[in-house]
Amino acid sequence: MSNVATAGDQPVHDSEATGQYYTGVVKAFAIMTVVWGVVGMAVGVLLAAQLVWPDLNNLLQPYTHFGRLRPLHTNAVIFAFGGCALFATSYHVVQRTCRTRLISNGAAWFTFWGWQLVILAAAITLPMGFTSSKEYAELEWPIDIAITIVWLVYAYVFFGTIMKRTIKHIYVANWFYGGFILTVAMLHVVNSMEVPVSMWKSYSVYSGAIDAMIQWWYGHNAVGFFLTAGFLGMMYYFVPKQAERPVYSYRLSIVHFWALIALYIWAGPHHLHYTALPDWTQTLGMVMSLVLWAPSWGGMINGIMTLSGAWTKLRTDPTLRFLVVSLSFYAMATFEGPMMAIKSVNAMSHYTDWTIGHVHSGALGWVAMISIGAVYHLIPVLTQRKEMWSVQLIHAHFWLATIGTVLYIASMWVNGLMQGLMWRAFNDDGTLTYRFVDSVEASYPGYFVRLLGGAMFLAGMLLMLYNLYRTVSDKEPEQSSDAAAAPGQPA
Amino acid sequence: MSTFWSIWISVITIIVLGGCTWLLLANRNVELSDDQAHSGKAPTTGHVYDGIEEYDNPLPAWWFWSFLLSVIFSVVYLVLFPGMGNFKGVLNWTQENQWQAEMDKAEEQYGPIYAQFANTSVTELARDPIALKMGQRLFADNCAICHGIDANGSHGFPNLADKDWLFGGEPETIEATIAHGRQGAMPAWGEVIGEEGVVNVSEYVLSLSGEEHDAEQAAAGKAVFDATCTTCHGPDGKGMQALGAPNLTDKIWVYRDHRYPLRLSIRHSVRSGRNGMMPAQQDLLRPEKIRLLASYVFSLTADD
Repeated sequence: MSNVATAGDQPVHDSEATGQYYTGVVKAFAIMTVVWGVVGMAVGVLLAAQLVWPDLNNLLQPYTHFGRLRPLHTNAVIFAFGGCALFATSYHVVQRTCRTRLISNGAAWFTFWGWQLVILAAAITLPMGFTSSKEYAELEWPIDIAITIVWLVYAYVFFGTIMKRTIKHIYVANWFYGGFILTVAMLHVVNSMEVPVSMWKSYSVYSGAIDAMIQWWYGHNAVGFFLTAGFLGMMYYFVPKQAERPVYSYRLSIVHFWALIALYIWAGPHHLHYTALPDWTQTLGMVMSLVLWAPSWGGMINGIMTLSGAWTKLRTDPTLRFLVVSLSFYAMATFEGPMMAIKSVNAMSHYTDWTIGHVHSGALGWVAMISIGAVYHLIPVLTQRKEMWSVQLIHAHFWLATIGTVLYIASMWVNGLMQGLMWRAFNDDGTLTYRFVDSVEASYPGYFVRLLGGAMFLAGMLLMLYNLYRTVSDKEPEQSSDAAAAPGQPA
Repeated sequence: MSTFWSIWISVITIIVLGGCTWLLLANRNVELSDDQAHSGKAPTTGHVYDGIEEYDNPLPAWWFWSFLLSVIFSVVYLVLFPGMGNFKGVLNWTQENQWQAEMDKAEEQYGPIYAQFANTSVTELARDPIALKMGQRLFADNCAICHGIDANGSHGFPNLADKDWLFGGEPETIEATIAHGRQGAMPAWGEVIGEEGVVNVSEYVLSLSGEEHDAEQAAAGKAVFDATCTTCHGPDGKGMQALGAPNLTDKIWVYRDHRYPLRLSIRHSVRSGRNGMMPAQQDLLRPEKIRLLASYVFSLTADD
């Protein structure tokens, strides 16, 4: 694999070792991406095991109850793992594509320590049972305030760095990062409006159907902006960089960027089909979700087509494989999503394991794989090495991750379709053919396969952690791109 | 909703869908020279970011048309269905309508199957295997959530298979219980008889069914029982079905929490009272279904 930047417009041979850019905070976030990935996915594997062997709930009651660990898993993988990946890559990308240093290293470090504290607070309070009960926004009000502060400083660092760019245009990756940062700020503040009644308890200011609507406006855009727009920003830098090819179409990136951010914000109501939500809201949620399909695929096309002419690199470069396979899963998940938003499809898929499968086709296949690819690209660049300590381990990680994801989502498809069909099967006299517990019993094989897939994915992450440790702790860089750079510099 | 919000919603919907269409059409054509078109090499934008360049390839045609078609579909859908503010859509669809239509269809299909049982008594139905099978399925759909799939009940929900009836086990009584529901209220006596009274009377109640108990406390409790509990549970503690007051002499407990010693559950019942609620089914299930359910429940303990 090659991580040496193309000559391009760089004034020096390569900026990586010259101290032209600030890499310390990027490295810290990149390392924590892997650490939190392992933690979050380990909790996920435990949860999957609990669904196969419910007695595992009793490991350390009440802290290890499914209901307490589930939000810990989602928060850890989305905001700790995904969040650190977004911080690391956005700070890296914004400097390099604007050809300037971060506006403030101190503020960037503040976001690092602030974010780690938020994660730590989540890891403590969620198992203790403190929750606002809003999905993906379970953290209680003091932590919500901390998130807001960290996020505002993040916005300052990111947009401040863009403001002091030394090239005229703003690269497409930064449009996506910028859209993600702005929208997440708005979503978090609006959805987390709550009235504290004690240190660790608050109540939402919204009630009834409006509360549900605000929650899913937030919830779906956590997917749309945190997990999609942010990671598309990542894609737009690391795919062309790793493939050493120009981006396929600037024009396509303009059209799909504006269409994506305009449409995603409407899609929330598709989580609330056939509920107390008014009919008109459900219709608009469904229609906008359908139109969202093409703009979502715009990013996939731009990523995949960027590789044309560089396909041969896939044979030897496992990092590029991660990036390309992530785009394939992204394409699958963003086709599946609009389909599941159709009322009649949703009537069958909703409340089944299909939803879990869909989420993980995005979370494992897209978000995790592209982050993993980005980190495998970043670490050698940040530590002035030609490549990771072991490329063979990256190959192994790739296959564990890919097969693990396929096992996960295939088993959840089977379970989901089966559950949806069982719940709507009628006898000749109009009574239900199956009791609910029949569908639970029939789901066991799927739960086992899901556990297997999740465990494989986690095993891959452990290989990555080891590989990362060996790479970072290796005192003698194999090949420095700048002979003058001291080992360990610049941190 | 008010006219303002209706217009607001419609306007931003049109802006978003119209804006997408404009974006697409405005970026449709790229001028490529013959040479570029043939070689497949589009020009770059001239921007370079950290070594990354950008081609200015045209939008893929299949993608362009898919996007446009999805916008056209959404416009058609918004004409047919409610979405644009107060506009109801030309199909007049609502989710309530859809539900009602499915219920009407089910009634048409399944109604006659149940109507045939309209004039058959519960006891007769309890001997008809087909009726019993249907009753069992109805039980699984409607009753098992509280009483359990095998009707053995659980904490707070009576066992229907043990021949011990709170309100009576005659066919007509069971049918009435299902149709109209029941309220089984045990008043809270803690304030009236004091904690010592609660403890003593609980020991006495334990003694009635021959459970292990403290004889001295039970003797003291008997006086409390005679003064307080006999109105409903009877002088011998055998209960009263007219009120749903349980028989206390039979070792069957509706409110027994198996995590704790039995006496704690009894004390809780005496001290804080209990409120049993069997919901009425007559507005949810047609009379023939209630009769089939009654026959199934009756059959669980019928002697033949």
